[in-house]
Amino acid sequence: MASSSALEISGIDAGYGAVRVLEDVTLTVPAGQTVVLLGTNGNGKTTLMRSIMGQVRPSAGTVRAVLDGQPTDLVGRSPEQVVELGIVLVPEGRRLFPRLSVEQNLRLGAYRPVARAKLAENLALCFEMFPRLAERRTQLVGSMSGGEQQMVALGRAVMSAPRILLVDEPSVGLAPILVSRTMEMIAEMKARLGLTVLMAEQNFHQAVRIADRGYVIAHGRMVFEGGSAAELQDNELVRKVYLGL
Amino acid sequence: MSAATLPAPALPPALPKERKHLTYWLGAAAVAAALIVVLRLIGNEYGWYAGYFVLQYVVLAAAWNILGGYAGYVNFGAAGFMATGSYTAVVLNEAFGFDVLPGILGAAVVAGLLGLGTGYLTLRLRGVYFSIATLCLSVVLQTLVVNWDYVGGSRGAYIIRPRSVPPFLSYGEYIFVVMLVLAVIAVGIGRTVEMSRLGRGLQAIRDNERAAEAVGVPTLRLKLIATTLSGALMGVAGAPLPFYAGYINPEGAFNLAYAVNCIAMPLIGGAGTWLGPVIGAVLLATLQQAATVTISSALNLWIVGWMLVLFVALAPRGILGWFRRR
Repeated sequence: MASSSALEISGIDAGYGAVRVLEDVTLTVPAGQTVVLLGTNGNGKTTLMRSIMGQVRPSAGTVRAVLDGQPTDLVGRSPEQVVELGIVLVPEGRRLFPRLSVEQNLRLGAYRPVARAKLAENLALCFEMFPRLAERRTQLVGSMSGGEQQMVALGRAVMSAPRILLVDEPSVGLAPILVSRTMEMIAEMKARLGLTVLMAEQNFHQAVRIADRGYVIAHGRMVFEGGSAAELQDNELVRKVYLGL
Repeated sequence: MSAATLPAPALPPALPKERKHLTYWLGAAAVAAALIVVLRLIGNEYGWYAGYFVLQYVVLAAAWNILGGYAGYVNFGAAGFMATGSYTAVVLNEAFGFDVLPGILGAAVVAGLLGLGTGYLTLRLRGVYFSIATLCLSVVLQTLVVNWDYVGGSRGAYIIRPRSVPPFLSYGEYIFVVMLVLAVIAVGIGRTVEMSRLGRGLQAIRDNERAAEAVGVPTLRLKLIATTLSGALMGVAGAPLPFYAGYINPEGAFNLAYAVNCIAMPLIGGAGTWLGPVIGAVLLATLQQAATVTISSALNLWIVGWMLVLFVALAPRGILGWFRRR
């Protein structure tokens, strides 16, 4: 199943109060691709994600999703309206509901009407993709390991019936082996659900494994745009700015 | 996608929702009827008044729990909402000679609007800042009432209540039954909220508001519904008070004890469950009523304080949480 949903961000400025975090950021996620947004801490990756989701309102520029060939402006929409369109964020640090059970967490992913209509189908899909979650269905999420919590976070995104998936730093707080496993899970989700994926990540080598193309963000500006994973890997600028080699 | 053809893992059977609700209402009606019969058999006028005192707290605790227990927003201004209900009833009585029942309806509307307005103004504040704002609200309202001559200012207001309301034997019995019905309704509303999408959304807000927003829970709207509902029910709890006592003054109506009890009762019983506030209210209010009769009402807050310390240390998730853990 190929995705027909794309994301086009052009020239956005965004920040918090007087603090400007993003300056003239332009980024395109073509339909059916996985685009990785690379950058170290404090460079604006999360702010960019929040600008797409309607949690931060850009002061300039446009954020546009193309859904089934239909361009839709996202600026000015509330987070719940953005979710309703099928744009779903897996937030940094997973941000689960620790005192609720696995199943309650998953069901909350399907809070919006569009997703609720497919609740049973998506729940079955979740349990098939992450059998561990089916075993742990009644366990409180707060008592689970980091890797299991990551599964819940991804599962919760599946429940939201996504078309465009945003993943903010999935590697945070995970052991290296689990980071690698998480990348594979995201790739599997993308293939099965026919998603378009934008992933912010610090872990260059892991992220590039599943990326079709990538951007490097530094101090709130795009400093590099790579057409392919290979281009990112052998780039002098990336080495200097990002990897510090 | 081939999801439709996947063998679905066994899901728990869909909850027979209507039947579960019916069980509650029938059960609550049975308990209520039994209470009336027992108190009638005891045949002491004091029984109705003590019962009223306890039930009033059941309503208050259930109302507080909707916002505080499910959504995790601690309201320190319960006394303000409750007094708004009391004084609405006083004004309606003064202006139109309305009895307690229309007074309750009016109190629900006014206190609900107050809840909505407060929510709109303060829900940008999270955690302790929200609590402080609600505490201030209570102080502001008290100052307003103290300076409002129409309702007697700081002297208070008297209400001339009927001697009895047939078919009830005494006015005490009547006002008790009114509060009993209110308690059944308030707890029923809390229970319905808990089992609904609204309740799940509120719980998500409590656990992680940012994440709730990210999964598409309309956080502001749900919080406003919760403050409105919670405020209205607190007002409802306060409306019969001037009829119960025949008199009301700002000092009594805005008593800090209401605010403190409203927080302590759900916490002790088990906040975030519909039954917890009931257990906490019955336990604490009964203890306080016993202390009032045997020693002095000055001990009431002292008791609440000790109970809170005890529970925070030994059973931080309340009585229900303690039982569920084993």
